[in-house]
Amino acid sequence: MEIVTLSLRVSGTALLFSTVIGIPLGVGLGLSRFLGRRLVIALLYTGMGFPPVVVGLFVYLMLSRSGPLGGLHSPLIPALFTPAAMVVAQCIIAFPLVAGFTMAAVMGVDPQLRQQVLSLGATRRQAALTVLMEARVGVVVSIIAGFGSIISEVGAVMMVGGNIEHRTRVLTTAIVLETRKGTFDLAIALSVVLLALSFLTNVLMLRLQGRTFDE
Amino acid sequence: MNGLIYQVQDLTKTYNGKPILRVDRIDVRWGEIFALVGPSGAGKSTLLRLLNFLELPTGGRIHFHDVEFGADRPMALKLRRRVTMVSQRPVLLNRSVWDNVAYGLRLRGQRDAASQIDAALAQVGLTALARQRARTLSGGEAQRVALARAMVLEPDVLLLDEPTANLDPYNVGLIEETVRQLNRERGTTLVLVTHNVFQARRLAHRVALMLEGRVVEVADVQTFFDAPRDPRTAAFVRGEMVY
Ligand SMILES: Nc1ncnc2c1ncn2[C@@H]1O[C@H](COP(=O)(O)OP(=O)(O)OP(=O)(O)O)[C@@H](O)[C@H]1O
Ligand SMILES: [Mg+2]
Repeated sequence: MEIVTLSLRVSGTALLFSTVIGIPLGVGLGLSRFLGRRLVIALLYTGMGFPPVVVGLFVYLMLSRSGPLGGLHSPLIPALFTPAAMVVAQCIIAFPLVAGFTMAAVMGVDPQLRQQVLSLGATRRQAALTVLMEARVGVVVSIIAGFGSIISEVGAVMMVGGNIEHRTRVLTTAIVLETRKGTFDLAIALSVVLLALSFLTNVLMLRLQGRTFDE
Repeated sequence: MNGLIYQVQDLTKTYNGKPILRVDRIDVRWGEIFALVGPSGAGKSTLLRLLNFLELPTGGRIHFHDVEFGADRPMALKLRRRVTMVSQRPVLLNRSVWDNVAYGLRLRGQRDAASQIDAALAQVGLTALARQRARTLSGGEAQRVALARAMVLEPDVLLLDEPTANLDPYNVGLIEETVRQLNRERGTTLVLVTHNVFQARRLAHRVALMLEGRVVEVADVQTFFDAPRDPRTAAFVRGEMVY
């Protein structure tokens, strides 16, 4: 049970951060034209397809005691083999997905809509929010995609978290471990929990999409 | 006040190095219906966007309420909100008809405006459709929602870009009557873009002809149609202009 809670806590926190970074980034890229926009988009697309193990390696190197960030010993920088370190890795995996899908959704909204909304007296901020509302279906998909990519991810959490019992063991790493040990029934049980969890969050998201987003 | 709500001077707009608009001078008077006619591509919609302060001009100025708007002087939100446009193609939000009409009021922080919204819907004959999703409306209904959504804000100036293009006579009549009423009863200034000279004649007090980004002639409706100064106006009015 604590494994389930930790999985949800780590991925939930990572998703929260990814959403907070990814949605404004996606809206900005979708609505404005600036120098270097294409480059940022190219980087984002690369980020969307980044292998999680590579992200894991990168975060590992950055956070390890001899790494550039770990060496600072700042209280703001999480140590390796902690849930916080796993959150960092999962953020890096999920936020490009959230930003990329949000951008696509925003760009799919009729460009004349923004102008019409400005004409009705919207500030730039209000106009961006309205466009985001119009793109709500795509935005919810972006959040679901982000969540899916990290709740089911093994490589990065394994490397950065270390799969320590009671501390950093999450559903996916537990499944790997139990399978290796040959305790298939437990592995299968955990897998079913993981699937059920994904399903439930998606149902929740869809309800959110239908209600709050649809004022 | 000198009776002029807009004074446009030496206004130019360039897109990608291509000059689209060159208006030396146009004035719009308080409380009039001012029609802009001209062939497709003449720059009518571009001029409307500038009159709505949605884009910055490349050069020149627009005085509005005696405040200057120019390339390096964006219009303050408060005055920008005194002008509202109904665009050439109605763009409705994916919400109910009622929420579409409420939208501009909500932007201004007004949440208790149910009676105004109902009145605006009634005026365009859409009370029965208030709860319907806006995306499911017919073209004429959508255009009427767009009009109600702008009217409910009680702007000083309403900019209408081809408000009746592609509509059937019933909707044309309804929209024209609404516009007339708005002008007469509330004193709203209207700038109406149309390439239908008959509509300009029916509605406008003064008419301007635009060709290739320039204003060829501005005159009161009688003169414009019966005794235009410019031979190109005469040709346009007779429907002889090729476009
Ligand atoms: N954002 C833009 N970028 C580049 N060119 C533009 C832009 N907006 C308008 N133009 C060009 O400016 C010219 C005038 O366009 P505008 O829409 O103002 O014409 P119009 O008189 O409203 O025509 P219509 O009657 O067909 O609506 C056109 O040649 C158009 O291609
Ligand atoms: Mg036009």
